[in-house]
Amino acid sequence: MSDPAVDPEEVRHVADLARVDLGDDEIERFTDQFGEILAAFEALDDVPETEREADLSNVMRPDEVRESLSQEEALRNASDTEEGQFKGPKVS
Amino acid sequence: MTAYNGYVTEEEIEGAADGPLAGRTVAVKDNISTEGVRTTCGSAMLDDYVPPYDATVVERLKAAGATIPGKTNMDEFGMGTTTETSAYGPVENPVAEGRVPGGSSGGSAAVVAAGDADMALGTDTGGSIRCPAAFCGVVGIKPTYGLVSRYGLVAYANSLEQVGPIAPSVEEAAELLEVIAGPDERDATTQEAPEADESYADAADGDVDGLSIGVPTELLDGADESVVETFWAALDDLEARGASYHEVDLPSVEHAVEAYYVIAMSEASSNLARFDGVRYGKSGGYDGNWNESFANAREEGFGEEVKRRVLLGTYALSAGYHDKYYKKAQDARAWVKRDFDEALSDADVLASPTMPVPPMKRGESLDDPLTMYLADANTTPVNLANLPAISVPAGETDDGLPVGLQLVGPAFGEREIIRAGSALA
Repeated sequence: MSDPAVDPEEVRHVADLARVDLGDDEIERFTDQFGEILAAFEALDDVPETEREADLSNVMRPDEVRESLSQEEALRNASDTEEGQFKGPKVS
Repeated sequence: MTAYNGYVTEEEIEGAADGPLAGRTVAVKDNISTEGVRTTCGSAMLDDYVPPYDATVVERLKAAGATIPGKTNMDEFGMGTTTETSAYGPVENPVAEGRVPGGSSGGSAAVVAAGDADMALGTDTGGSIRCPAAFCGVVGIKPTYGLVSRYGLVAYANSLEQVGPIAPSVEEAAELLEVIAGPDERDATTQEAPEADESYADAADGDVDGLSIGVPTELLDGADESVVETFWAALDDLEARGASYHEVDLPSVEHAVEAYYVIAMSEASSNLARFDGVRYGKSGGYDGNWNESFANAREEGFGEEVKRRVLLGTYALSAGYHDKYYKKAQDARAWVKRDFDEALSDADVLASPTMPVPPMKRGESLDDPLTMYLADANTTPVNLANLPAISVPAGETDDGLPVGLQLVGPAFGEREIIRAGSALA
């Protein structure tokens, strides 16, 4: 079994990928917990490759204009809007 | 305000004057959208989020004449087994002092157990209806995947979750299921259930004569002794009324809880990417670049358990780890499905304790996430297999703590589990 130990750098890296800032105390706790949780996930190594029998079918509908939320309703929960649009941070 | 913190928002929503649920109150979990009434998902991120539309299940409740007394407290975004991760404070178990109510639909089960609502809607991704029903001594049904619309449910892990009823008795839970079940063109994963000549509530006739029950030994192995004793006593009760049971092997379920967490966390990492503080939630500010702004909004808005799952899901899907975790978990899911299908070809229903442990003491799970995850060992396989399951009160431990019995049926076999469960509650 490979060693699943996690170091703080990995936690920082994955937090960066997930766009979540973490405090130093959270990084410390997550480093220990992730090591333990990922070690438990190692049990999945024993799972045999299994064919997936999907008994599903696609659901289609005609591409027609239908009633939807008004612009005002769609914008109502935004923390800031400008000229009828969502206002976000700078795309640099 | 309830003494046990069951609601996040108490605001009455009136239904139609007539209908099958007229005169009855149905509380709604706070991750189900209610037009004009705030819907927080138990998260600070959505503290002032007011949906502009109703979930399909809410539309159906209103059309059926139900009154919604409020939105129930829950683990943040459904992530928890104890209803202690809510940004609006933990819920206490109204029938077991000092214990958790189970989660994540802890508020929904608690308001029903305390008699503050006649019934409630919960959501079940890996046991979140059945666990709190078991811990609070009430009935909860996790429907077959696709029986109930998820339109307007704020997604956590959409390949696993279903909305379902919580009620004091099996018959009442079945009545509520009748109202919310059925295809919805706004949720393409819904399906028409095969036609039947009786309603769900009519199936609650308590007739178990000739019923064949399979007992997966793997789901008893690690369980607490007091839970196992209560479980067998309930099975003896069913046997005395004409049911028979035999042991079955489900080797795949040994890996189910790990597979569940990999899949649920992976889906969560994608689903929760929408919470960036732009369309809803608190803005992360306008200084710096957008990545910094989003990371800031998410640090502020998410609690620790949500961050943990989003990060672990991101990790499981990242380059180099996808095949090791996510692909293996999908293999396990297919294996679990096959195992259940086989076991159910030789039994009408499968029975196990809903939870392997009695309700935990308050506060003891928060620092030990892995132990909390492993408590979902008996409920998560059912979500992986897309099957229906019910939790009914089976009795109490010697210490007076509620124990739930879980009955699992074949796909769209809700009537089987309702009939069997109604012999006990």
